[in-house]
Amino acid sequence: MLEIKNLHAKVDGELVLKGVNLSVLAGEVHAIMGPNGSGKSTLSNVIAGKPEYEITDGEIVFDGKNINDLVPDERARMGIFLGFQYPVELPGVRFRQYLKTAIDSIRKYRNLSDMSPREFTDLYDKNLELLKMDKDLVKRSVNDGFSGGEKKRSEVLQMCMLQPKLAILDETDSGLDIDALHLVANAINSVSKSGTATVLVTHYKRILTYVKPQYVHILYNGQIVESGSEKLADDLEKKGYDAFVKKN
Amino acid sequence: MEEIVLSKDTSEEELSSQYKYGFVTEIDSDIVPKGLDEDVIRLISSKKEEPEFLLEWRLKAYRHWLSRKKEEPTWAKIEHEAIDFQDIYYYAAPSSSSSVDPNKTLDDVDPKILETFNKLGIPIEEQKKLSGVAVDAIFDSVSVATTYQKKLEDAGVIFCSLSEAAKKYPDLVKKYIGTVVPYSDNFYASLNSAVFSDGSFVYVPEGVRCPIELMTYFRINANETGQFERTLIIAERGAYVSYLEGCTAPIRQSNQLHAAVVELVAHDDAEIKYSTIQNWYPGDKDGRGGVYNFVTKRGKAAGKNSKISWTQVETGSSITWKYPSVILQGDNSVGEFYSVALVNNHQQADTGTKMIHLGKNTRSTIVAKGISAGHGNSTYRGLVQIMPGAKNATNFTQCDSLLIGNNCGAHTVPYIDVRNSSANMEHEASTSKVSDDQLFYCMQRGMSDEEAHYMIINGFCRSIFKELPFEFAMEAQQLLKVSLEGAVG
Repeated sequence: MLEIKNLHAKVDGELVLKGVNLSVLAGEVHAIMGPNGSGKSTLSNVIAGKPEYEITDGEIVFDGKNINDLVPDERARMGIFLGFQYPVELPGVRFRQYLKTAIDSIRKYRNLSDMSPREFTDLYDKNLELLKMDKDLVKRSVNDGFSGGEKKRSEVLQMCMLQPKLAILDETDSGLDIDALHLVANAINSVSKSGTATVLVTHYKRILTYVKPQYVHILYNGQIVESGSEKLADDLEKKGYDAFVKKN
Repeated sequence: MEEIVLSKDTSEEELSSQYKYGFVTEIDSDIVPKGLDEDVIRLISSKKEEPEFLLEWRLKAYRHWLSRKKEEPTWAKIEHEAIDFQDIYYYAAPSSSSSVDPNKTLDDVDPKILETFNKLGIPIEEQKKLSGVAVDAIFDSVSVATTYQKKLEDAGVIFCSLSEAAKKYPDLVKKYIGTVVPYSDNFYASLNSAVFSDGSFVYVPEGVRCPIELMTYFRINANETGQFERTLIIAERGAYVSYLEGCTAPIRQSNQLHAAVVELVAHDDAEIKYSTIQNWYPGDKDGRGGVYNFVTKRGKAAGKNSKISWTQVETGSSITWKYPSVILQGDNSVGEFYSVALVNNHQQADTGTKMIHLGKNTRSTIVAKGISAGHGNSTYRGLVQIMPGAKNATNFTQCDSLLIGNNCGAHTVPYIDVRNSSANMEHEASTSKVSDDQLFYCMQRGMSDEEAHYMIINGFCRSIFKELPFEFAMEAQQLLKVSLEGAVG
């Protein structure tokens, strides 16, 4: 599904990714861990195509196609979803209209007609229930006045609604209380089960006890320095990043 | 008091917007020769078969205008070449409807004019009338059709052209004309008072809630012609009326002058809601042509507990100079001003409001949203004045500006004059750009750059659009989209 080869990327003139290799198949869950400033968010944003990030070498192949030069909306329509670490507020933009427009843009790309309001409402209600979110959300502006936890849950709700082929969740677990974490993990598992490839970018092992990754990668100074099974996260927690960095 | 955000980047962007109302209707016109003198005014008045008092009033206004001819207002943040007032036609009427006949029916209207209004989406034939909206259609200087007359008559509401009202209800016209905007008010109001052509007249009697929305559609067609309409709306004690106006003009190389006056009077417990969707031709992408829109709109909340509310969506005109105001005279009266002003290409808008508080416990609300794109310049200019007798007056003002691109400007110039210490004033202002992070967020969900812009801009305007009647809110959204074509994405 996603194949990253020798990826180098710059932001603000500074080289942040220095040769990342990563391969994720449909239905797999990969966790990417690493200290602050290691390039985790940069990697997420580069995959999604954020304009300020420049790829200087290497390639990103998604669904068999090199997407290095594609605009973000085209990547999104192909099925790449980014759960934002800091979701922005869109004052006055109603959540329902925003989601409906997003869904229809993606459907149009796939030569499908607009989703009927009825079908949308059913899907929306189902996912609100899954995440135990307030029904009145539909009347509010996107992320406007949402609490930190609400924002993160709203990102996961959007993922569930859009049914992407690849979901990159950038620290979606940060700032969630234990009940919310359960709900979010549940939602991620159900999307993963349907075949979505999932990349969890996280600081904490906590979420990995609820969403079981097949692979754990340690990103340090713009490179993946260690990859392993779920057990790697345990080792990391015991030994700290230094143990893995010094080895290299 | 003044905030200025000006862009520094000079990089050019290819901007163009399509103005779909720019067609010309080929029709014979009855035109009074170019230029202005007392004979022209007498001619206009006689063509309209006006009562003597109105001619006298026009002439007084003209003489006043002449006496202050050197006093064209220059304080607004707009630039234009001097207007040659002798190089304008002051009266143009489609030949077939040049005389004012109160018994005229739609069958007497030239089919080409009906077709024009159809093309504009304003069907005035009986069978296709906008459901629940009575329409008065003004083509150049005259009213060509007013619909739903019967239904309104049954309710006791008078809705007709001002020319017709001057003949049928001279006492009402005489009693109210010039009482809110006197002929000596300002340069353009004086000019309008001298030469005003047509406009709407609305009278809602005591205790009547006007059963349908009233709408006037203004269309400038003839070339080099000024449009000087004048509208007068009176709501008697306990009456309610919602009135809408829409405006378009053909694409012309030269500038067209539009200097209108609107006067509203609300007596005790009466409410007038006045909405405008202004889409005069804005000029081409290099700033050639377009309508100069110099308008004086003012309402007097004369009675106790009366309310006057202005809502405007201004996307057209090359220059907009307009400050719909409310004089809050009655105790507990309310004044509101909700505005979206959009400028693109080389458009200039200097617009805002005045809230003059005279009565006790008077309340006013101002929410102004300015959107600047291309090389457009948009200024909010507003006055809130609390006079000594206005005990416990309150005002809330919010001015937000949104910038698109790097070559436009947004300015906020609020004047606050408080002469009673019990007043409660709130003022908020913000200037923002559509942020890259907001765009990326929307685009990451599959929306195109353009879709993302419209979504964010519509969100910015939502609190204004919700003040408009539903169909017009939809039209306003559509209009923003068309007006911004080429500026985003």
